[in-house]
Amino acid sequence: MTQSNPFANFVIVGERTNVTGSAKFRKLIEADDYAGALVVARQQVESGANVLDVNMDAALIDGPAAMTRFLNLIASEPDIAKIPLMVDSSKWEVIEAGLKCAQGKSIVNSISLKEGEAKFFEQAKKVRRYGAACVVMAFDEKGQADTAQRKYEICDRAYHLLVEKLGFPPEDIIFDPNIFAVATGIEEHADYALAFFEATRRIRESLPHAHVSGGVSNVSFSFRGNEPVREAMHAVFLYHAIRAGMDMGIVNAGTLALYDDVEPELRERVEDVLLNRRADATERLLEFAETVKSGAKKKDAAKDLSWREKPVKERLSHALVHGINEFIVEDTEEARLQAERPLHVIEGPLMDGMSIVGDLFGAGKMFLPQVVKSARVMKQAVAHLIPYMEEEKERTGLAGKSNGKIVMATVKGDVHDIGKNIVGVVLQCNGYDVVDLGVMVSCDKILEAAKAENADAIGLSGLITPSLDEMVFVASEMERLGFTLPLLIGGATTSRTHTAVKIAPAYKGPTIYVTDASRAVPVVQKLLGDDRNALVSETKADQLAAREQYLAGQDKRPRLAIAKARERAPKLDYAPVKPSFLGLKTFENFPLADLAPYIDWTPFFASWDLVGKFPAILDDDIVGAAARPLYQDARAMLEKLVAEQWVQASGVVGFWPANRDGDDIILWADEKRKSEKARLHTLRQQMDKGEGRGANFALADFIAPVGTQDYVGAFAVTAGIGEEGPALRFKRANDDYSAIMAQALCDRLAEAFAEAMHAKVRRDLWGYAADEKLTYEELIAEKYRGIRPAPGYPAQPDHTEKRTLFDLLGAEGIGMGLTESLAMTPPSSVSGLYFAHPQAEYFGVGRIDRDQVEDYARRKGWDLATAERWLSPILAYDPTRANAA
Amino acid sequence: MNEPMTRQQRFAAINAEMQKRILVLDGSMGAYLQGFSLTSNDFHGARFAEHPQALKGNNDLLQLTRPELVLQVHESYLAAGADVIETNTFSGTSISQAEYALEEVAYEINLEGAGFARLVADKFERKDGKPRLVAGAMGPTTKLLSMSPDVGDPGRRDCDFDTMAKAYEEQARGLIVGGADVLLIETITDTLNAKAALWGAWEAFDKTGEELPLWISGTITDRSGRTLSGQTVEAFYNSIRHAKPWAVGLNCALGPAEMRAFLADLARVAECAVSAYPNAGLPNAMGAYDETACSMEVHYAEWAKAGLVNILGGCCGTTPEHIEHLRHAIEGVKPRSIPAHDARLRLAGLEPFTAAA
Repeated sequence: MTQSNPFANFVIVGERTNVTGSAKFRKLIEADDYAGALVVARQQVESGANVLDVNMDAALIDGPAAMTRFLNLIASEPDIAKIPLMVDSSKWEVIEAGLKCAQGKSIVNSISLKEGEAKFFEQAKKVRRYGAACVVMAFDEKGQADTAQRKYEICDRAYHLLVEKLGFPPEDIIFDPNIFAVATGIEEHADYALAFFEATRRIRESLPHAHVSGGVSNVSFSFRGNEPVREAMHAVFLYHAIRAGMDMGIVNAGTLALYDDVEPELRERVEDVLLNRRADATERLLEFAETVKSGAKKKDAAKDLSWREKPVKERLSHALVHGINEFIVEDTEEARLQAERPLHVIEGPLMDGMSIVGDLFGAGKMFLPQVVKSARVMKQAVAHLIPYMEEEKERTGLAGKSNGKIVMATVKGDVHDIGKNIVGVVLQCNGYDVVDLGVMVSCDKILEAAKAENADAIGLSGLITPSLDEMVFVASEMERLGFTLPLLIGGATTSRTHTAVKIAPAYKGPTIYVTDASRAVPVVQKLLGDDRNALVSETKADQLAAREQYLAGQDKRPRLAIAKARERAPKLDYAPVKPSFLGLKTFENFPLADLAPYIDWTPFFASWDLVGKFPAILDDDIVGAAARPLYQDARAMLEKLVAEQWVQASGVVGFWPANRDGDDIILWADEKRKSEKARLHTLRQQMDKGEGRGANFALADFIAPVGTQDYVGAFAVTAGIGEEGPALRFKRANDDYSAIMAQALCDRLAEAFAEAMHAKVRRDLWGYAADEKLTYEELIAEKYRGIRPAPGYPAQPDHTEKRTLFDLLGAEGIGMGLTESLAMTPPSSVSGLYFAHPQAEYFGVGRIDRDQVEDYARRKGWDLATAERWLSPILAYDPTRANAA
Repeated sequence: MNEPMTRQQRFAAINAEMQKRILVLDGSMGAYLQGFSLTSNDFHGARFAEHPQALKGNNDLLQLTRPELVLQVHESYLAAGADVIETNTFSGTSISQAEYALEEVAYEINLEGAGFARLVADKFERKDGKPRLVAGAMGPTTKLLSMSPDVGDPGRRDCDFDTMAKAYEEQARGLIVGGADVLLIETITDTLNAKAALWGAWEAFDKTGEELPLWISGTITDRSGRTLSGQTVEAFYNSIRHAKPWAVGLNCALGPAEMRAFLADLARVAECAVSAYPNAGLPNAMGAYDETACSMEVHYAEWAKAGLVNILGGCCGTTPEHIEHLRHAIEGVKPRSIPAHDARLRLAGLEPFTAAA
């Protein structure tokens, strides 16, 4: 071999299609951007890789699926598929998935004696049958070899086992004697490079036809962020390693530098480190590294890794409290190897860490987003241990203990689950088994699961008002079927009063309203512990009081007869503007980047139980510390979500000639205003505001009666087409934090879309405020002309009007839909009406009396019971006893 | 008279023959059967009279409905001088038989197919004491593991490795139990299918306790020199080398004129016997094959003399007449000498990559 061409016989394994080594590639895979991932692979081939290393080992990635998909895609790209593959994973099932997609002769990376000879033989035999060559790591039952002697001994043993016992072709064996980081500041690491060179030499001398390979970039791990120094270290390392006999390496094919090209002073200092030539070698290289550090990359304070030096227990606790999942699998593994049983890792260091998290959360020193991040770390740690626990269970019949099992679901007809997910996560990190049945779960499914799982409690969640009825139904079914389990109620529309008045009376078992995630744990602890009876009787007393108060309150509020309320309708003048078009306009695949500026962040924080106005919340003394990283993470994810188009936004807007008819609005088929296309029904405030003290509004008031050419608009927008994809991907990777974040962002984007579309309508599509110029703050404060009320909200609490709206807009045509409870799908959707009247304003209909309900039922063509069911949240009377009044 | 040979005895005898001369494989089963002008009734027979799906063209099924025809084909090729005959099981996997809704008879097809071939081969062995080998034919199936059925969705697959390996395992078991001497994984258009077939064969060896030699024959689909799944000949060889095959070869798709260059590539790298059984030329406008027994003989003779092959036969369009001429062409010619094992790391994508020793 000549110095001028050290790589002549060196097999270059391209490393950039490795998620553990390339953040860029990892992000592409995480974002499902396989087209982008193929570009990376092609670049590796073009820059001279002889073999393509593919590794999908990342927390957020479903390894076997990603490996299968990527290799299948490579198979159809001849300019990539021409070179052999290295199927690289620490998980055997990922390797196997890869081999099942590779028609060529690949290299497996890797197997080892780590788990003993039986496993080693089993895997080696399969490697043979799949027809692959194989990297064998210098790793045995005692651990990873770090000295030259150990490295060689393990390789020697593996070689003889493979060749003599299995007939494995020796030329198909590639040893990886472990390249470890040097210049770490730890004395024991100083000889690591030398040990690799020495072991390589002995392997190549004594084990005929076998090869030596390694992941070269490991050696420079201490200099992450300093590419010039890292590249110099790789070049110098390879120079010595190749001379020792290393003939294959996982390297960045694009940036392979030559030994001779390394600046002499740097080279000397690198060599001092690699060959351990002087005691101060590391300091001298660090010192020099500062001078060559590229200015662009600064040391990140958040990346302070000093905690990595601590014992494993403290590292686990640090990772949990700080929500760092980067090292959790290796740390958990280390703890597992030290522990007698895998369960002890959970019961010991992991639960200890989580109880610190719980204490800090309870003390208000940590906030929900941080807790959810901690939970992510916990879940990933537990996920790592589960296979070992199952294996142990099979072996010994021992099982772990749980604090209890809770079956949770978002009820039938409802698709919202952010809150439920948060509660689930918080319960899980407190040692409860949570069986999450998902969204739109029918009553029988919930109860069936509760029985099958032998649950200790059932949790129901819902966001839209019709879900309240469904919860009452579930409660009554539980009563009918003789359940006695505690029933927990939560979700945005639920309330202490509703639970007390409507749900609890339907079920004799404990029925408890849970305000928010932080209350969930104490409630469940009491319910499933010794304090159960106390809590139950306390709750029953509270609920009785709440019912009495509610019923008493019913009669006190003064209300007007509907005829009287109509007399007090606002007296408005009408000077309508004609929209730029009549009929529908569809906006498919609306650019997400145009929506981001319209996001109202305040509700985003509220969805994480962080209360406060944005942006002041970021500097809040109490919640600011939690809000800031949450906001950072949200912006980062938003950027990716937008750039990589995780979801699609589509919308439709329509305008029609319209006139008011009493409390209804007639939509005309055309400007002739003869033929009725549809009819919107509105509800009127009945509270007695006092003579002359304020009008009683209905939405119909904002439209002129027949005789004036007035118009009404409607819209339906979604930013959630495909939103289940990212959420599911994150959940599968045990990353609820990101899953919840993705959902919350889609919700915000849908609202932003509605806001953006409204602006477009005002300025352009309807055009009644063509000159409008508003700041972000003014926009959020709704300082503009016209409103966009949505059915199901205070100005029109009747969800069934959404059906009319969706039909008018043909919203199904852009991928939106309504469930039987009239929840919109995808969940991140917004719809509503447009009113352009200068005095149009948002208001709440408030409670209404039976006379209006009867009138409304007639207008809708319903019977009274149907009207009372749909309007139950706003009835000013109890329909079951109304006749007596 | 004497006891029939055991598999091991027969194999030892055939290997000894192969040291001395080029072995003769039979010709096309399909071309011969076509001559009977079979009707739908022949395929359905009494047993499948009520079968809801049309079975005409399912040649493998004739084992169960017109076995005497299959026996006749084997007999004709052995009479023409074949040392090796292929079982009538080209489409005998449950995956291929699924096209006829006959998955459940896949095992039987192979069991009977091997049994009938062995029956005739035994008859000939008894006559002159010379070994006659039965090669259990395992075709490529109707699915591809490396290619998408949908050009718009290149990542899609309509079958997976495990399903395919399982189907091949069933076929291999039928062939082994039925009496095949060697498993012939043939007409390989997608090497991943072949790897699944090998996996299935090993599983079948594990289950039956009988380990048969493996013979692997790929198909170069056109003059580009690639398999349908894109591999060059050498890449294909590197990809199946782990099977330590008894023989490796090329067959089908090309006539002898087109196949020669690729056969030479294979002969250069293969560390085992090399086989070839080309079509009788490329199909003409009428779908028939133009190479006559005489014109094929010229090619066979040239290949033999050039030292390219150890086993020769015919694929689509060839008949017992072609095999008679083949036998004549190789007479007295020394077979290709088999090179020693090359202990270099030989990898492959679509193209081969060999590391320095």
